[in-house]
This record gives sequence, C-alpha cells and structure tokens, in this order.
Amino acid sequence: MNEPILRTKALTKRFGGLVAVSEVSLDLFVGEVHVVIGPNGAGKSTLTNLLSGDLPPTSGEVIFEGRNIAGCTSDHISRLGIGRSYQKTNIFLPFTVFENCRLAAQSRTPHALSVFRPAEGYAEINRLAEEAMAAAGLTHRAGRIAATLSHGEQRQLEIAMCLATQPRLLLLDEPLAGMGPHESQRMVELIKGLTADHAIMLIEHDMDAVFALAHRLTVMVNGEVLESGTPEEVRSSPAVQLAYLGGEELLHE
Amino acid sequence: MKNSRLIGFLPWLVVGLLALFPLVESTFYMQLLTKVLIMAIFAMSLDLLVGYTGLVSFGHAAYFGLAGYALALMAPKYETVSLWWSLPASIGVCALFALITGTLVLRTRGIYFIMVTLAFSQMLFFIFHDTKLGGGSDGIYIYAKPTMKLGEMELGSLEKLENFYWLVLLLTAGSYLLLRRILGSSFGRALLGIKVNEHRMRALGFPVFKYQLASFTLSGALAGLAGYMAAVQYGFVNPEILSWHQSGAVLMMVILGGMGTLYGSVIGAFAFVLLQEVLSNQAWFGIAAKHWQLAMGIFIMLVALYMPQGLAGLAQKFGRKPAEETSDE
Repeated sequence: MNEPILRTKALTKRFGGLVAVSEVSLDLFVGEVHVVIGPNGAGKSTLTNLLSGDLPPTSGEVIFEGRNIAGCTSDHISRLGIGRSYQKTNIFLPFTVFENCRLAAQSRTPHALSVFRPAEGYAEINRLAEEAMAAAGLTHRAGRIAATLSHGEQRQLEIAMCLATQPRLLLLDEPLAGMGPHESQRMVELIKGLTADHAIMLIEHDMDAVFALAHRLTVMVNGEVLESGTPEEVRSSPAVQLAYLGGEELLHE
Repeated sequence: MKNSRLIGFLPWLVVGLLALFPLVESTFYMQLLTKVLIMAIFAMSLDLLVGYTGLVSFGHAAYFGLAGYALALMAPKYETVSLWWSLPASIGVCALFALITGTLVLRTRGIYFIMVTLAFSQMLFFIFHDTKLGGGSDGIYIYAKPTMKLGEMELGSLEKLENFYWLVLLLTAGSYLLLRRILGSSFGRALLGIKVNEHRMRALGFPVFKYQLASFTLSGALAGLAGYMAAVQYGFVNPEILSWHQSGAVLMMVILGGMGTLYGSVIGAFAFVLLQEVLSNQAWFGIAAKHWQLAMGIFIMLVALYMPQGLAGLAQKFGRKPAEETSDE
C-alpha cells in the first residue's frame, strides 16, 4: 500500500474530565473512502474538528503529507489542502450559489490581491467555482440565493464549496443528514465520483450509504476506536456486533 | 434595465447638485452642509466596519478626534501648514493607531468588542482631557486653515467657505468611490463573507484576523480624514470630539441610514445633522429644543423598530421592484 495522506497517532481530546476522543490512530489514503461510524456522542464530530483545526487536540499527532498539523488553525489547515463539510449546513445564506463557490475558490489565490480589481475579474477563480458547481450538480442553480435552495441542494452546495478549495483530503461530516432517499442516492454518487483523486473521511449514520461507499470502516464508541478494517472485517467483528451494531438486522441483510 | 441605469446615475446627480450649492450664497447652510459631508465620510468609514465586516465599534470617535489633534499639534501656532503633508500625516497617525488597537480589540467579539473599542476611545479621551498634551479640557485652536499650494501658486484658499466646501465634497465623493471599489474587489467580498459567516470563512482557508485588521485600519484612516476636515472647519479641537457621544452619534447615523449600503451612511449623516439642527431650533420648539436628544432618541428608536433597513431600505422599497431570484427555473 502507498503512503497514507493523513495519519493520526494517539489523537486525544479532553473537555475537562470528559475524554471525547481517546488515543485514536487511523490512516487515510487517496482513492479510499474511510467511513467512521458510531453512536451519538462517540466522538466522530470531535475527531473531524481535530483534523480540520476547528479544535486543538489535547495530545497526539496529526501527520498530513509528512508534517504534523496538530494545533494548526483551521484556515491554515484548509490552505494546506484539507477541506471539510459540516454536519449542520454551514454556507453563506444571503449569497448566490455561484458567489458561495467563488468565495471558496478565492481562498486559494495569493492574499496580496489588488483591492481595486472587481472580484469577478479572475478567470481562474471563476473556472474553479464553475467546476465545483458542476461536480456537485448545481450548475443550474448558479444564480439562486443559497437560502432559497432545498435542504438537499444546500448539502450539495456545502460539498461544492469544499471542492472549490481544491482539497486533496475531504472530511465529510454526515453529508446525508436530513436527506430524502432520492437526494441521498445522488449524494452517494457524487461522493463515489470524488473517490478517485481524493482521500475521503466520511462520517455517516445511513448504513446503506456506509456500505455502498466504504473501503475502510472505523467504529468509534465513547471516544475510542472499537474496530477498524475493511467493511467485511468490521461486519464480522464480535466486539462490534455486541457493543454497537448489536441488532442483527443491521449486519445480516 | 432603465431603472438600474437611473440608480447608477443618481449619485452623480446628487454630487452635481451639491457642487452648485455655493451659488445659494448662504454662509449658514454652506457650513451646515460641509458638516453633513464630513460626517458622511465618518459614517461611511464606520459602515465599512459595522455593515461590511460585522464589527460594531463603539469607539470610532477615537480615530476621528485623533486626526484633529494630530493636525492641531503638528501645525505651527501662528503660521499656516500645508495640506499636502499634514493631511496624509494625520491620516497616517490614525491608521497606525487603528492598526495597533485593532490587533488587540479584534481578539474579542460581540458585546466585548463594543466594550473594548469604547474603552480605547475613552482612554484617548482622558489622555487629552487630563494632560496638558492637547491643551486639556479647553483643547487647542487651529488659527489658520491649511494651504494647498502647487509650487508657489495657491490652488484655492480654504479660508474661503466655498473652497473648503468643494474640497470636502470632492473628498466625500472620492471616499465613496474608493470604498465602492474596494468592496467590489475580492477583499471586499471576503469581508462580507466574514460578516455573514466568520466560522465558514476560516474553514475555507481565509486568515480572518488579517482581513478584519485591514478593514479596521482602513476604517480608522478614513475616520481620520473626516476628523481632520472637521478640525479644519471648526478651527479648534477639544476632547469632546473624542467622546463616546461622538461615537454614539456616528453609529446612529449608520443605523439610521441603513447599514451595509454605504450610501445609507450618507443619507444617515444628512438626516441626523439636519434633524439635530431642526429639533434644537428654539424658535420652533421652544423649551423642548433644549432636550432635542430626547426627540432624536425616540425617532431613532422608531426607525430601528419599523425600518430595520434604515432610510436606505425605504429608498430601495420605492426605487426597485422586489427581488425575483426565488422564482427562476
């Protein structure tokens, strides 16, 4: 196997006495979807926040492309090439779909921008924004105000903005949350299409989507990794069956 | 779109009409209008922060007043000073002060930001009020207006009211155009993004603090331009120009006019100064004129309650059809 693009070593986050993430070590590879599952409060979102820089870890390392990024700010980590989407839709509601993506793409250009040149005058940024919209299937919505989109489309926009920043690693926090079956299917296809040239860490509850997408599966309980491996390995793990999935109905279809 | 072309033309029409105002030959009204325009620059500088960066400063008078003091302290007592270097120097002092205070106040948010900006302006107020540096509570007189010379030729004496008025009008229009330009750039879009969703901007890779600091510094510099002009107009500075009343007044102008529109600040400055003039007119309101702030307060409360978009929102309502972006397909 080739080198992981991101590797965590004994990553830990404490909130006072509570250990939200405990000694988590995992590897993410380009071309793979690594799904993290676990019950509510297992520390999945906290783990994402540690990787994206939204929260600083208490201890442990996050090695991205050979450098330790633990404790870096989120804007720094984003510029290094890690993009994330949020569980709760986190977009610019009053702006158009295009402007949401354009702004995201703008973050990739050097910061010494001319303050006198109109924002729309950068062909490269516009192209990136349009490509991101196309990839997320939102081109026909370019001129719409983000607040007027359906919930599913807002989730797509969330991904499109992420893509416009040209990340090599995507952290997707429950992209299917609150979506209908049709929208979910579209999102699964979208994520599948991104797999080839991205490393993806996906947090998801929807088991159909999990098994449709996962190359690797990590199960977290109470902040700890209970089991990690291929979907088959995890399915057949007695610990997982007992502690988390428990219900036979989820594993034996 | 005939309508939008008309709206684009409107600011030029306003500037053109204002430029002709000296023909009226009323000293009182020309002075009043000069004051309005100076306050318009001041209000626009604050709108950059409040309306476009999402930072509510309650200490903006610090930069306004500091520029006035910078001029008063730099100008030789009985001789004239050149506008060419005293104006940039005064603005520079304000920009530097904004850069320094900005690095500190921008570590706070919301109500704390309001309090810390207020604290800095109060510090400056008491420095000038309680020390001999700037003449204490009496302030300093600026006996002669700055000169604008090109070589040996005087371009126009600022002792003449209409010359000063035209200069201020030019600077107001220039400030408006400059800010419009900046706000339409990538930098301006990033500021708006920060106002709408600071957290997401950070997640997208924007160094939010640097953008805010740049905006804060620019805003302070522009407030300095207004403060310099105000000091020239009145011919003296005293600690009152740094007081929190002044910070409150300019904030009210921005809110009254409508935040985040820029021209709303201009409208707000007009409305505020003219209203103040009318409400404190003893011939009209008698004893109530003394308590004009009461009437002003009620008026501003009504605007805040029933016109959250300010007077600019009212203008938009009549000027444009409601947006139709919700019904495409």
